[in-house]
Amino acid sequence: MTNPNLLITGATLPDGTRSDILIEGTQITAVGSGLSSAHAEKIDADGLVVLPGLVDLHTHLREPGYEQSETVLTGTQAAALGGFTSVFAMANTLPVADTAGVVEQVLRLGSEAGYATVRPIGAVTKGLEGVQLAELGAMANSRAQVRVFSDDGKCVFDPLIMRRALEYVKTFGGVIAQHAQEPRLTVDAQMNEGEVSARLGLAGWPAVAEESIIARDVLLAEHTGSRLHICHLSTAGSVDVIRWAKKRGINVTAEVTPHHLLLTDERAESYDARFKVNPPLRRQEDVLALREALADGTIDIVATDHAPHPVETKDCEWGAAAFGMVGLESALAVVHTTMVETGLIGWKDVARVLSEAPARIGGLASHGHAITPGVQAELVLVDPTTRRNFGVDDLASLSHNTPYLGVELSSQVVATIHQGYLTASNRAIVDAESVAARAQAVLRG
Amino acid sequence: MKHLLSTRDLSREEAIQLLDIAEDMAAVNEREVKKLPALRGKTVVNLFFEDSTRTRISFEAAEKRLSADVINFAAKGSSVSKGESLKDTTQTLAAMGIDAVVIRHGASGAPQVLAQSGWIDAPVINAGDGTHEHPTQALLDAFTMRKRLHGTGSRGKGLDGVKVTIVGDILHSRVARSNVWLLETLGAEVQLVAPPTLLPHAVDSWPVSVSYNLDEALASSKPDVVMMLRIQQERMHDAFFPNEREYSNLWGLTQERFLALPAKTMVMHPGPMNRGLEISSAAADSPQSTVLEQVANGVSVRMAALYMVLTGEREVTHD
Amino acid sequence: MTARAIMQATDMHRALTRIAHEILESNRGAQSLVLLGIPTRGVTLAHRLASILESIVPGASVPVGSLDVTMYRDDLYQHPTRSTAPTEVPVSIDDATVVLVDDVLYSGRTVRAALDALTDLGRPKVVRLAVLADRGHRELPIRADFVGKNLPSAHGERINVRLVEHDGEDGVEIEEAVTA
Repeated sequence: MTNPNLLITGATLPDGTRSDILIEGTQITAVGSGLSSAHAEKIDADGLVVLPGLVDLHTHLREPGYEQSETVLTGTQAAALGGFTSVFAMANTLPVADTAGVVEQVLRLGSEAGYATVRPIGAVTKGLEGVQLAELGAMANSRAQVRVFSDDGKCVFDPLIMRRALEYVKTFGGVIAQHAQEPRLTVDAQMNEGEVSARLGLAGWPAVAEESIIARDVLLAEHTGSRLHICHLSTAGSVDVIRWAKKRGINVTAEVTPHHLLLTDERAESYDARFKVNPPLRRQEDVLALREALADGTIDIVATDHAPHPVETKDCEWGAAAFGMVGLESALAVVHTTMVETGLIGWKDVARVLSEAPARIGGLASHGHAITPGVQAELVLVDPTTRRNFGVDDLASLSHNTPYLGVELSSQVVATIHQGYLTASNRAIVDAESVAARAQAVLRG
Repeated sequence: MKHLLSTRDLSREEAIQLLDIAEDMAAVNEREVKKLPALRGKTVVNLFFEDSTRTRISFEAAEKRLSADVINFAAKGSSVSKGESLKDTTQTLAAMGIDAVVIRHGASGAPQVLAQSGWIDAPVINAGDGTHEHPTQALLDAFTMRKRLHGTGSRGKGLDGVKVTIVGDILHSRVARSNVWLLETLGAEVQLVAPPTLLPHAVDSWPVSVSYNLDEALASSKPDVVMMLRIQQERMHDAFFPNEREYSNLWGLTQERFLALPAKTMVMHPGPMNRGLEISSAAADSPQSTVLEQVANGVSVRMAALYMVLTGEREVTHD
Repeated sequence: MTARAIMQATDMHRALTRIAHEILESNRGAQSLVLLGIPTRGVTLAHRLASILESIVPGASVPVGSLDVTMYRDDLYQHPTRSTAPTEVPVSIDDATVVLVDDVLYSGRTVRAALDALTDLGRPKVVRLAVLADRGHRELPIRADFVGKNLPSAHGERINVRLVEHDGEDGVEIEEAVTA
């Protein structure tokens, strides 16, 4: 059994032109007006924007080890609902993804589920302990073909280890994605250090703890001639450092999360632990600087840092709560609300920061292409006019720790197409059995 | 008043009402029958996740003098140390039928989380949360200042124009935070003196003046009140200052500094004191010291706080 | 809403003078008398009564205090939180003749609370009750020993006692019920 062909009619491409798109098998075979196909399933995309499938370079799928928070299946369902066709799965699982065995397991779970291309990220150091390099080459050469390495959740703090890692991954064109957090400056840190933390009596997380590591690492990248990626920039100072580094020709890329584009540290005033996240929510000045940097290209991509946690780790006092928030389902809407509606960027830029650039940084050849015949059919259809108060019903993740409950967000994903078949349709995910069957059909060719 | 979580939430009127009620409670504490029936039949739980015998006993005395039934719950040695959460602990207690919770917790904001959570319906009094606030301490400090300044004429008065210098570990002090907000509300002028390492990063956003130099600060402001804060043992080993001797020399209320103060300047300390470190015995034991009055006034102020959160129409919220 | 004047300043003074005489009669003089007013207006009335007593009995000194009953009330949960007022008892009340003074006697619940409050302060020989106005509608087995004026009233009506010290003038009026 092969998957049915899809004919999308009347969609608005990122450049604003209207077009039909024909998908046969896993490929886009035609893009133009007046397309027809006798046997294709038709999708009326009148009024909808079509983008290349979104790519998240920073997702926590939690499997193996923390299946009470999320599994590869539920995490990629959340991805599909949010318009993502590929996610890069962070290494801080149990066991840590620091061997070929673990990354291949995650890869297999992803392709069986069929909702998105799952690309495992390998740990930089064994057990994320920052002491000894993980088996970077074995992971790179495994079936998972790991190209992105990160100790995310922890900073590769030791400058010598960082230097070695940056150098070593050049062997296979890899990149180190750094979680920039000076550990000594953030002992017991709970939230952004500033006026709000002073008042709330929560231990401060100074901006310099992030900025100093980024500064060090761009200099190391310059010295070693290596490729560096900085995860979740959160401060205006970090933007300045990246801007300086890029101007200097250093091979660095940077990401920002949707929540750092929208939320500020004032959210902590309620001590509602849904707003506890690493790096912490910062000041309004930082939010505005991050938006500007994303618009001007200083920041290359938006990545969700989707971090599911079970309810009991958030339904408690702030100090005891876990860091992190889910974000796959809301990412595009937050980017639309903060960046598109404000006129800072257009849909072409959305495609760039949420698909093309993350695919390029992650070495994901099958994704992030302009919508043209001959590329793999990875697409998302977006209704740009919807406004909704975000709710639990908008989540597919196993965990519900979203900071956006009751927050009005604009735009909504209507359908997601992965490898030529629908993973989300009519603003809801397609059921797991059908998706798995479609994925099987693709595998069999 | 539904809860007492922070002095920031108190209006001037509420604060003065509470202090005035505390005046009447103080009179009760001086008579032979030190008991009022106001909270008869009410059960108050003292939920202490952190050791604090002094504060707990003060609340317990206040509760008993208002005829409430008292349950003391100390987290140490209880199921909390086995990992039971704040939520489970409070819900368990609530199931036993409690009318108010007095909570001391090591995590900033825990009382507010409890009050907002919907886990229990009872009023919550913050008896000190992490490095956030300790509102009843600030209220008893204000009560003590007012009483010393105005005596029997205290009723209805604020602390307008009173100059208060708070010295020590502001960064980690819930007492300092609660005092800063309350003193501002009551019209006092607050000056903070500390080494820069023990001041919050954004202290310039607070309604206070700040100095690093205690001698200059005392000489220039001639404060009506000097409040010395306790230096916690654990600060001494984390590079906040070189050692005890240097701290004491630069920021302690030494005998010499004390003697240079105007004779009417009150010396306050929330206790327990590190004699010889932040305060000299000469200062602590002088007639200018209010340390023991603060303890006595603590009971009166806590009676007033309990009375204010526990009486009134339950259906109506008075913000 | 209309208010009807019931007593003028002169009526009030006359009533208080009569009460003073009745107190002296029942106590056989001014000895060991202590007047305790219930805040706020009861305290003021107690002071006025004391000065009348002292004018009737030359050389007598009648101690006056205030007895706050807030903490003894049985309706602390039916009203917004009530502020307290000072309790000041200038002399020991043990074996004294305590006259409780209030402006209006209504349900009797305030007096009940006052009797409880008194118990915590000492053991008087006798306790008497003096009120400027008794409007009826008792909910407890309590009656006044000395009454300035009986004022039969309806439940919805309000009795306003106005005193120079608080309101700038003396007088008692009935405010009729507000009909919706």
